[in-house]
Amino acid sequence: MPNAIEVRGLTKRYGPLSAVEQIDFNVEAGTVFAFLGPNGAGKTTTTEILEGLRRRTGGDVRVLGLDPWTQGYALHQRIGVIPQDFRFFEKLTPKEGILYYGSLFGTRPDPKSLLARVDLEDKADSHFDTLSGGQKQKLGLALALTNNPEVCFLDEPTTGLDPQARRSIWEVIRTLRREGRTVFLTTHYLEEAELLADQVAIIHHGKIIASGTPGEIIRAHGRPERLVFDAPPALGEYLHSTLGVATELRDGRVEVSLESNRDALRILSAVDASGLPWKGFSTRTETLEDVFVRLVGPMDDGALKSEVPA
Amino acid sequence: MKPRRVFADLKVVSRSYFRNPAALFFSLAFPIILIALFGLIFSVGSGGPVSIAVDNLDHNSPTSVAFLAALNQTKLVTVTVVNYPAGSFSAQLGDNGYSAGLIIPAGFAADYANRSSVNVTVFTNPEDATAAGQTEGAVSAVVNSMNLAAACGGGHCTPVIGIPPTENIGSQVYTYIDYLIPGLIGFSILTSPMFSMVEIASSYRKDGIFRELSLTPLTKSEWLLSRIVWYVLLTFVTAGIMIGAGVVLFGAHVEITLGLLPFLFIGPFLFVSLGMLAGTVAKTPESAAVIGNIITFPMMFLSGTFFAVSAFPNYLQAVAHVLPLYYVIDGMDQVMLFSNPMRALYDFGVITILAVIVFALAVRFFQWRDTQ
Ligand SMILES: Nc1ncnc2c1ncn2[C@@H]1O[C@H](COP(=O)(O)OP(=O)(O)OP(=O)(O)O)[C@@H](O)[C@H]1O
Ligand SMILES: [Mg+2]
Repeated sequence: MPNAIEVRGLTKRYGPLSAVEQIDFNVEAGTVFAFLGPNGAGKTTTTEILEGLRRRTGGDVRVLGLDPWTQGYALHQRIGVIPQDFRFFEKLTPKEGILYYGSLFGTRPDPKSLLARVDLEDKADSHFDTLSGGQKQKLGLALALTNNPEVCFLDEPTTGLDPQARRSIWEVIRTLRREGRTVFLTTHYLEEAELLADQVAIIHHGKIIASGTPGEIIRAHGRPERLVFDAPPALGEYLHSTLGVATELRDGRVEVSLESNRDALRILSAVDASGLPWKGFSTRTETLEDVFVRLVGPMDDGALKSEVPA
Repeated sequence: MKPRRVFADLKVVSRSYFRNPAALFFSLAFPIILIALFGLIFSVGSGGPVSIAVDNLDHNSPTSVAFLAALNQTKLVTVTVVNYPAGSFSAQLGDNGYSAGLIIPAGFAADYANRSSVNVTVFTNPEDATAAGQTEGAVSAVVNSMNLAAACGGGHCTPVIGIPPTENIGSQVYTYIDYLIPGLIGFSILTSPMFSMVEIASSYRKDGIFRELSLTPLTKSEWLLSRIVWYVLLTFVTAGIMIGAGVVLFGAHVEITLGLLPFLFIGPFLFVSLGMLAGTVAKTPESAAVIGNIITFPMMFLSGTFFAVSAFPNYLQAVAHVLPLYYVIDGMDQVMLFSNPMRALYDFGVITILAVIVFALAVRFFQWRDTQ
């Protein structure tokens, strides 16, 4: 598959501030690419440069083979965009908005089915300024689809949505992928990236610090699988002194890293031999979220509810 | 340039407009209010007789009564006899809303019969020059004729020079309201697009609406054109309302000709573009409003909106001649009042050239996208 998006050495400065610094990545056509990063990491800046809304300071960018800044007009016919803080004409209804975009693009969208797709049919005739934040976001998504885009740029499409609405947006994204479209998604929700994305890149302070499939990132940056015992701290000390394995106390439980599956048997028999009381055990694999939090520190915007201390 | 897109955008403009009650009220009721207000202030002041309060200290002597009757006959003033406490006449005038007053002294009739000199005292409000002039004119006319009668010794004097009734120039007399109609149409051609475009230019940028639109095939000139079409439509409605109100309320006689059309097109064209340009060069909504006001206010008053430019002192006339709105209003005066198509054509030419330049500059400088 050819690349829908190619980014080489992209740099963006706002005066002295370097918002994006020498980043490279490709997005293969027909895949979902998730761009992760904490607040202020440079996600929106990068996205807007790809959309042709912002001028880059350096590097090269191609979307569908076009330079977004100089060939924006041609590019915009073929992409769909929801900006992070989507706003629209206050007194227009979603239905009118879709018909408006349809006549601008020269497409004939069916407002009813498009609104059904983003789960907003019941608000088809309400003025934009009476919609809730999530409903506005859904309209943004519906509008981004009126021109039947080859690439969709969704900047935090699910932020502020209730769980039900997030699922319906996920479903839209899956459908877009099935239809062979490319999706460029930014998000704070790591499970979302894990669920939807073929490829993920994590950006922090304007630099990409990890990229690949979610599995690749976890393998490269995550800790090994671990055994978790519901047992007193003394068990950790015992295992460390007898087996020399690294143990950790977390949430009142003892965690032991597993280098291989063999270790598991050794550790379990050592636990048994220790004579210390233990109520049970479980295994724990790191998620993308664990990796993310370790790489960039916890985010305090409520998107992440991690039990891992900083 | 695709008419389909202009039309689609026009629909959005009109919907946003009709769903905003304040905007609707201002564009429909405001023209009537303007005409009624200025029509009342100025036509009553200049047309009708001035009401003057007279304190007759000569106790209704026949001579003083004849004097007052003669004043009434001039039609310049209507006399109301009052009886204010001595020494507070001038203050009482103001308190009772009179703009002029007169005191006839005690012994007026006797002094007149004896031909010994006697003074009638006139009070006027210097701020109301029209009323003052009318009052002084009426009083001195009556005084002169009575002096003349006295000089002839009560006998019959044959007038040497007579003045037959005044005749009018041409076929028509123009009243203030006639001038006011083109002036106020010009006023709304200027103000409604200027204020709203300046506001839109900065708020759409702040709200990201321009950014949103830049992602569609709508071009900047299509966008601006749809606003122009909208304000042309609005101008037609406003002009219709103003002409109607002027004719119905004040009996204005203006000519409603096809010659008016070019000005109702080119005026909004110019000021929509100018408003956009002003809103574009400003960096913040606040500075946009300031720039908009700096451009708008001189034009609002000095272009012949409320007062005819020909009545200005020379230096102000020179200022008026560099204001674009002057040419719009002058052009409408020429077609609606003076049937002078050549001068109207000249005015139209000036505005058209200016409008094209301003439109091009607005399209050139206004940015959909963030240039940062
Ligand atoms: N127009 C601008 N002028 C100056 N600095 C800016 C501008 N836009 C963004 N920045 C700065 O650039 C950096 C990256 O911002 P960006 O909006 O790309 O972050 P983000 O990853 O999208 O964050 P979030 O998750 O909060 O949306 C931030 O430090 C921000 O303050
Ligand atoms: Mg962002």
